[in-house]
Amino acid sequence: MISISSVKKIFSTKNGKVTAVDDINLVINRGEIFGVIGYSGAGKSTLIRMLNGLETPTSGSVVVADREVSKIKGSELRQARREIGMIFQHFNLLWSRTVRENIAFPLEIAGVPKSERERKVNELIKLVGLEGRGDSYPSQLSGGQKQRVGIARALANDPKVLLCDEATSALDPQTTDAILDLLVDINKRLGLTIVLITHEMHVIRKICHRVAVMEAGHIVEMGPVLDVFKSPEQPITKRFVQQVTEPEESKETIEHLLEQYPDGQLVKLTFVGESAEQPVIANLIRQFNIGVNLVQGKVSQTQNGPYGTLFVHLTGASEEVNKAVEYLKEQKVSSEVITNA
Amino acid sequence: MLEQWLPNVNWENIWEATIETLYMTSISVVATFILGILLGLLLFLTAKGNLWENKMVYTVVGAFVNIFRSIPFIILIVLLIPFTKALVGTMIGENAALPALIIGAAPFYARMVEIALREIDKGVIEAAKAMGAKTSTIIWKVLLSESMPALVSGITVTAIALVGYTAMAGVIGAGGLGNLAYLDGFQRSREDVVLVATVVILLIVFVIQFVGDFFTNKLDKR
Repeated sequence: MISISSVKKIFSTKNGKVTAVDDINLVINRGEIFGVIGYSGAGKSTLIRMLNGLETPTSGSVVVADREVSKIKGSELRQARREIGMIFQHFNLLWSRTVRENIAFPLEIAGVPKSERERKVNELIKLVGLEGRGDSYPSQLSGGQKQRVGIARALANDPKVLLCDEATSALDPQTTDAILDLLVDINKRLGLTIVLITHEMHVIRKICHRVAVMEAGHIVEMGPVLDVFKSPEQPITKRFVQQVTEPEESKETIEHLLEQYPDGQLVKLTFVGESAEQPVIANLIRQFNIGVNLVQGKVSQTQNGPYGTLFVHLTGASEEVNKAVEYLKEQKVSSEVITNA
Repeated sequence: MLEQWLPNVNWENIWEATIETLYMTSISVVATFILGILLGLLLFLTAKGNLWENKMVYTVVGAFVNIFRSIPFIILIVLLIPFTKALVGTMIGENAALPALIIGAAPFYARMVEIALREIDKGVIEAAKAMGAKTSTIIWKVLLSESMPALVSGITVTAIALVGYTAMAGVIGAGGLGNLAYLDGFQRSREDVVLVATVVILLIVFVIQFVGDFFTNKLDKR
């Protein structure tokens, strides 16, 4: 559906040339939800804006839905853009228009006749769950509702691809989840390819099938979300994964424990996929004569299966504890003994 | 009763002068609105980072606007005498005031239009682009629609300034309430005529302000 080959984008600024996107190659499949994560300035925004020609690459090519977006201009580019919906962090609605008129705007641009516009708008209002709000103005809506209007508007011309530019970054956690659920629903129902950029790993975890991690204009790591969660390779990826798997206070708790209980072993277990549902701990307690103290744990659901981490503190005779650690290593969970660094 | 208080006021003359003032104001407001929006759009669109970015055009239009905005109106009328004569054929009467009124007010309004357009969120323009909108669609349906309340409140301010300009134009022979107050009132020491002309001008200004505010509020959905 989307293929990006050796794309580079160099901006000329007062302080010289800045390479925002550096030699990126990427293929995104039809019907996939693909996430790009990175801190601000990583080039992810530039990358997504090249997908609908809001930016032109300095070199390389971008093909979306069989059209080389990076080459075409004028009416051909406008035609291509109608097949690529986009939603934005700050919604970018026209405040002088009602919800209904905002959603109708792309249809007006495409020259759809009035009766057909009305039918389509009603359908979209229902799809995004804004029944009864059609005649409100954006200023009368909450952030989540505004983004729903944004989504309806982006879907008006039946696009093949939906681009989400930090679409949930301005929303509170609860609204974020509701909007993400809506995106998954649309992806399943309409088979729409979705590309989203974000700095929140939570968003990737919740809805993406595959993820690319960007840093300084490069994609440093890419793969199915669960694989990246299981074995993040780059330090930046590890940091992002920790955003979801380890609560902020983990580190402090662990340091505290290591200080308080110098004996025994502190083990971090990582469960991926079906192993997350295995009774590993129960077996551990049954088979070995040790004390198992659960320190902290969390299981998250991703689009390709569950993923979790658990910190356990094993106490007892050191021989028995070592055996228990050996046992854990044999299981389908990856375990890591944490020692005082 | 009125005759006693205002012995020198000829109501027919007042009425005639009011019509002349309203005529000059309304024609020049309409022309200023159109010309100002065109100039303002040109300034906005050719500014750095916008759709028709063009330093040359921006500088030239900007200089034109600044020059005509800074010339005091009374001097502008005099400077424009040859131009007006060529265009209207005379220097006397309401029509002769129109070129100076429009050339004096349009650049002033153009700057207001430019400011109003700059207030529009860049993201909205980008969203329209991302939807595949043509530049003409962006101008009509995004730029002008979204800035309409500011455009209307701007033209209200400009219209009130124009009422003042018509009075000045009146002094040098364009007719209207300014002419009446100056020639019939001030020059002949008839204070009552000056008073009545002033009150009528005040009323016109109040009505313009009221109507302008009404539409600004009605259009503003923010």
